[in-house]
Amino acid sequence: MFDLIGVPPQALFGQLLLGLINGSFYALLSLGLAVIFGLLNIINFAHGAQYMLGAFAAYLLLNNPLYSIGYWPALILAPLIVGGLGMLLERNLISQLNVRSKTRPLIFIASFVAIFLALAASHLSSGAVPDLVSLVGYKLDPAAAYGIAAIGALLFTSFLSATNLLNAPDADQNTDHLYGLLLTFGLAIIIQGLFVNQYGSSGLPYTIPDELRGGQNLGFMFLPIYRGWVIVASLVVCIATWLIIEKTKLGAYLRAATENPTLLSAFGVNVPRLVTFTYGFGVALAGLAGVLAAPIYSVNPNMGADLIIVVFAVVVIGGMGSILGAIVTGFMLGIVEGLTKVFYPEAASVVIFVIMAIVLLIKPAGLFGRTA
Amino acid sequence: MKIRTVFIAGAALLAAATGAAAQTPVKIGVLNDRSSLYADLGGEGSVVAAKLAVEDFKAAEKGLKVDVIAADHQNKSDIAVNTAREWFDQQGVDLIVDTPNSGVALAVSEIVKEKNKVFINSGAASSDLTGAKCTPNTIHWTYDTWQLANGTGSAIVKQGGDKWFFITADYAFGHALERDTAKVVKDAGGTVVGSVKAPLNTQDFSSFLLQAQSSGAKIVGLANAGGDTINSIKQAAEFGIVQGGQNLAGLLIFLTDIHSLGLKTAQGLIFTASFYWDLNDDTRAFADRFQKQTGRKPTMVQAGVYSGVLHYLKAVEALKSAKDGAAVVTQMKATPTDDPLFGKGEVRADGRKIHDSYLFEVKKPEEAKGPWDYYKLLATTPAAKAFRPLSEGGCPLVASAAK
Repeated sequence: MFDLIGVPPQALFGQLLLGLINGSFYALLSLGLAVIFGLLNIINFAHGAQYMLGAFAAYLLLNNPLYSIGYWPALILAPLIVGGLGMLLERNLISQLNVRSKTRPLIFIASFVAIFLALAASHLSSGAVPDLVSLVGYKLDPAAAYGIAAIGALLFTSFLSATNLLNAPDADQNTDHLYGLLLTFGLAIIIQGLFVNQYGSSGLPYTIPDELRGGQNLGFMFLPIYRGWVIVASLVVCIATWLIIEKTKLGAYLRAATENPTLLSAFGVNVPRLVTFTYGFGVALAGLAGVLAAPIYSVNPNMGADLIIVVFAVVVIGGMGSILGAIVTGFMLGIVEGLTKVFYPEAASVVIFVIMAIVLLIKPAGLFGRTA
Repeated sequence: MKIRTVFIAGAALLAAATGAAAQTPVKIGVLNDRSSLYADLGGEGSVVAAKLAVEDFKAAEKGLKVDVIAADHQNKSDIAVNTAREWFDQQGVDLIVDTPNSGVALAVSEIVKEKNKVFINSGAASSDLTGAKCTPNTIHWTYDTWQLANGTGSAIVKQGGDKWFFITADYAFGHALERDTAKVVKDAGGTVVGSVKAPLNTQDFSSFLLQAQSSGAKIVGLANAGGDTINSIKQAAEFGIVQGGQNLAGLLIFLTDIHSLGLKTAQGLIFTASFYWDLNDDTRAFADRFQKQTGRKPTMVQAGVYSGVLHYLKAVEALKSAKDGAAVVTQMKATPTDDPLFGKGEVRADGRKIHDSYLFEVKKPEEAKGPWDYYKLLATTPAAKAFRPLSEGGCPLVASAAK
């Protein structure tokens, strides 16, 4: 029957399966975006960069001069690291968009400059100041210095605020989403630029762990075991996240925080902390997708930039903020894209956007979105 | 005493005046991809290569005041054309070098002709640059699709790889490479059973690889470059293409691709290139200097930038002016080329620079003696046979020269 359209059924099943694999990445990434947007109303344009950070975290855990950590621990550690960084970003920069007092961002900028200058000075006149970076056996160059200074400044500012040395008020105004979008977009470009500077653009090798090497002949196609694992891992994580948000008490708090943060804090729930953790969780999902992607694609500073636009289209098609929508649409569009690669490969990179345009015309809230 | 002082001052003034008069200003613009998939094969490394050429030419001693500037074209023709226009109109740029991405290169070639400047292309591949689209202002320096197709294609068909399937980058370069290779394969008695056009900068090639797998071809020809080639080779290994009895032919492979893939994945790959850093003492010496500044060994594109700039400066020195682009190119065509990296060669009437071409095989991990020791030389094609014969390119310049 399928032969009517010029493609034998075997090939078609193979392509469907491949679509499902790509769909797993779309689903994982758009899930993180949907969680962040649905619950926090932040359009997180840094998601692609955070996905890339996940892959690089896995790479650096494996290839560092101190202690080499393999794929399986990295699967846990890298999302934790990336999620932690995300939380620092949310606390010190993104949430500050809704705060009138600019003390905290100013402290961040001041400590960033101070740390960077200290690093640069120690680099120029090694001997006078103890060379912090060469202590850990790592050659310092500007990109690394920027990175270290940024992370140091984030930690320092958070430390000040955690110990109540810095008395900054919580959210006291509502800024347009657009500012969050611009801020995270800017952050993404800076992070990617630093990584291109440091690691080049052609990517770094990361091999498939020995346990998942090889493949299985399914009769209609050769399925690498690693790809099968990606589908399973992604499905498990997606369903677990959906269950947590829709079926547990924590999830109920989260949803309540979106609906009415003031009332929820009146019940004694620390809403800003909840928001920070949720952002961290969404970012950790991106980090996890990055680790899963590392052995398939080369670990490449631009890997996120290439993907993020597609993932945003997925979120828009699924309905901004709809968790289920993000998951289902992610897998579905993976399949659609896979099929396009068979019938008309030239259109493979645009088909998702065509669908997005059609959905926006017919059902502007997205396939699974509630109409406001 | 007083007279002596005046005399010295006058002599100094005279020397300064003649010095100033002899200083011919030359501005070189390195226009390439500095941030995306082709940034490692050219990028900042090409700027370093251009500056090394200026240094080695001892430009200042020969009365040339050379400036090197750079910009990122982001693989977009409109950005490249606008940058070129601004460089020519406002910055006084005389020469544009490098410019990978054949689509962008063809667009830049047009504007260079319009402004009568010089374009030395090292990074792009399309043989159209010296074929139907040749101009009196463009020189195609390092390699081209015809050379790659001929070198790799005929070698593989000779080994029995006569049924081909192409995975092609969907723009000018990929199309030209597929066309040129398919012709070589067919001329050698082989067949092409199919091809698929993948969008530029594709992350996932599994779908295309699956189509290649079910096509029954013996050889899967990768008519793509940079990040696309890396991803397709990596994923071909994952999908067991080679275990399944098919072989990969990387039609355009750069040193940085192999570095990124690692020898374990890339071993055994056969391909054609114009340059390798470990060919002889001269190339090794250059590679060491290059590596000190960039941390990497040079690719053939970066080596081509060095060699091209060197030859350009010789022509400008002879003419004592860089202003008339077509005149500089004519001078470059009239003098044979000779430099430490590509040896002796020449620039033909159609703008094609010719030199020896090499067939390499990627070493096995246990054969490599250290980092960047990746290639094993299989065969050398002499310059005269490595590139498309002058008469077959269809370049209008050749026809008018013959008349």
